[in-house]
Amino acid sequence: MSRAADMTPELAPPTHALDRGKVGVICFLCTEAAFFSTLIVAYIKYIGQSTEGPTPATSLGLPLAIANSFFLLTSSATMAAAEHGLKRGSIAAFHRWLTVTILLGIAFLITTGAEWKHLIVNDGLTIGRNLFGTTYFTLLGFHAAHVTLGLTAMLILFATARRIQPSVRAAGLANLLAWYWHFVDGVWVVIFAVVYVLGR
Amino acid sequence: MTTLPIEAGLQQERDITSVLHGWVTTVDHKRIGILYMLATLLFFGVGGIEALVMRWQLAKPQAGVVGPDAFNQLFTMHGTTMIFFVVMPMVLGAFGNYLIPLMIGARDMAFPRLNAMSFWLFLFGGLLTYFSFIAGGAPSIGWFAYAPLTEYAFSRGTSTDYWILGLLVAGIGTVAGAINLVTTILTMRAPGMKLSMVPLFVWIMLIDAFLVVFALPPLTAAQIMLLLDRMLGAHFFDTNAGGSALLWQHLFWFFGHPEVYIMVLPAFGIISELVPVFSRKVIFGYESVALATLAIGFISFGVWAHHMFAVGMSSTLDSIFAGVSLLIAVPTGIKIFNWVATLYGGRIRLATPMLFALGFLAMFVIGGLTGIMLACVPFDWQVTDSYFVVGHFHWVAFGGIVLAVMGGVYYWFPKATGRMLSERMGRWHFWLLFIGFLLTFGPMHAAGLLGMPRRVYTYLPGRGWEIWNLLSTIGAFVLGVGFAIFFVNLFVSLARGAPAGDDPWDAWTLEWATTSPPPAYNFEKIPVVRSRRPLWDLKHPDDPDWKHE
Repeated sequence: MSRAADMTPELAPPTHALDRGKVGVICFLCTEAAFFSTLIVAYIKYIGQSTEGPTPATSLGLPLAIANSFFLLTSSATMAAAEHGLKRGSIAAFHRWLTVTILLGIAFLITTGAEWKHLIVNDGLTIGRNLFGTTYFTLLGFHAAHVTLGLTAMLILFATARRIQPSVRAAGLANLLAWYWHFVDGVWVVIFAVVYVLGR
Repeated sequence: MTTLPIEAGLQQERDITSVLHGWVTTVDHKRIGILYMLATLLFFGVGGIEALVMRWQLAKPQAGVVGPDAFNQLFTMHGTTMIFFVVMPMVLGAFGNYLIPLMIGARDMAFPRLNAMSFWLFLFGGLLTYFSFIAGGAPSIGWFAYAPLTEYAFSRGTSTDYWILGLLVAGIGTVAGAINLVTTILTMRAPGMKLSMVPLFVWIMLIDAFLVVFALPPLTAAQIMLLLDRMLGAHFFDTNAGGSALLWQHLFWFFGHPEVYIMVLPAFGIISELVPVFSRKVIFGYESVALATLAIGFISFGVWAHHMFAVGMSSTLDSIFAGVSLLIAVPTGIKIFNWVATLYGGRIRLATPMLFALGFLAMFVIGGLTGIMLACVPFDWQVTDSYFVVGHFHWVAFGGIVLAVMGGVYYWFPKATGRMLSERMGRWHFWLLFIGFLLTFGPMHAAGLLGMPRRVYTYLPGRGWEIWNLLSTIGAFVLGVGFAIFFVNLFVSLARGAPAGDDPWDAWTLEWATTSPPPAYNFEKIPVVRSRRPLWDLKHPDDPDWKHE
């Protein structure tokens, strides 16, 4: 070691108010927000620009979208409950609420699948049919992919939470996953407003 | 470079494969930084050769070195390579990775494995883009890949897909790297080191990484849209189906102009480290450099359409984007004054790093001035897509970024390797680069004002362009010789350079407080920081900085 470094007085290990995981996930969610903003801007720009084929007014229905909103918004609350359970040290409460969250997420995906089946089979709307199909399937598809990714992460945490030591660390991971899930939920709120209210 | 002294004893018994294995599996920020540097230098060589072939073709009218198709591929790959596979990974990956943990007194980045992933994604993205050469031809769409030229109807085959996918993969690595940098700077600083005490390079890289976080995802989204258009018959940029080719331009430049600052801000950071050390003065106006960088970061998101004056926006939009573009000259000018005021009255040492820093100062001002000319809409209309624009952005990219980066290489090479680069070859390198630079890119402004469009593979005689093109070509080969000397210098100095010691430049920041090269754990004891020049405090306990700050 250098003389200069030897002269450095030793100090207690650094204690920082900021947590690495939290800062990292916030940055990650910023990139995600920029990504979805771009897709949403493209969607808004192309509202009513399709030259042919089904339009949002003829093809999109509110009931399924409202059901989907219910599933996701509720799942945010149950995710918070699961996170809270783990923070209290109750793996049982964590598993119980996470199960509800995962089931709600799956219900969202099934409803989305039903809507897409209707659009594709009944209305003949595909990504290549017109601009509405192009922007709709891209935006909703990337959102559903994020839901799927979140559910996968939940399953992994469900299976491993008991073994993560110390338990504070598991609670920290659940906290970060909850942030991601709330973000995906927030993106859905914007999609609901843009696609099902404004764009219809 | 493959063996660190700390490990020399261990490695004597290892064979070459296990050494390579160590490098491939490393998560050490210093090794990853060096890997970034080696990979970007390789891509730099390739991109430079592409430029030389283009200059050879343009040396005289109607030359037959390469045909139009090959020429289109060359300028596309030259631009794409230099921006995505040289400058960005070099400043963020090599300099950012290597220096930031050392400068803030940390033992590694916040997420070391994510760091390794960033590097390998970048390398894979670069190789994927270059694989197009043997998979039926390189992309020939220009580095900004305007739709509808990139749509499947006009760009058949797979070359454009390689461009999209290669950049997509490398882009994910870049974003992950930026997240890592932000987190490292915000959470890993040595005890006592407030954000108001970090070296300016670290400040600037923090803002730079934020720019990546917000600017790169729109490009990723746009590239995915283009890929969907090409692969699944979507209509994002398909004007026949009501889509808009202009949307691509807006999305691309919404990324593309912050990208200019993503590339040039780290150069500002390097200069902000070099100028004080070689003037033997503290930087003039630390806070104003940091604040000006922040201002540039914000304003850079509001200037993108100045790349699009010629597409026929409304005059209101033209005026707004012209105004905001002119505005960005203010914080940039503030920094120039900071650096010049730091030089003023200083005891200037003209070592090679300082030569490059001074070259940067002079040339960057000129590049900035032609930028102001181009921000004026009527002038832009006159010279848009001409060689004037090529001259302008190379003046900034080469006279700004490359000169600063080269200064940084001469400054920190001793830290990374334990050996000094040869000053003698360094001087040859600098002067060949400086003269070659003026000779290559100066005449381009003249050719552009005389009406020579960019991206033409040849031209007819008798338009007054011959002499300017010949001068540019001669200059380009002078640059080539300069860089050849640089590469020789790297190899020779690595083997036989003078030992550097811990702190060859008598500098003040923490990377010089440890050995050269630093051990894997950087600092045996995490240093305590009380001022902006912690190493000065260590060297001068009788007169520490923190008493005066």
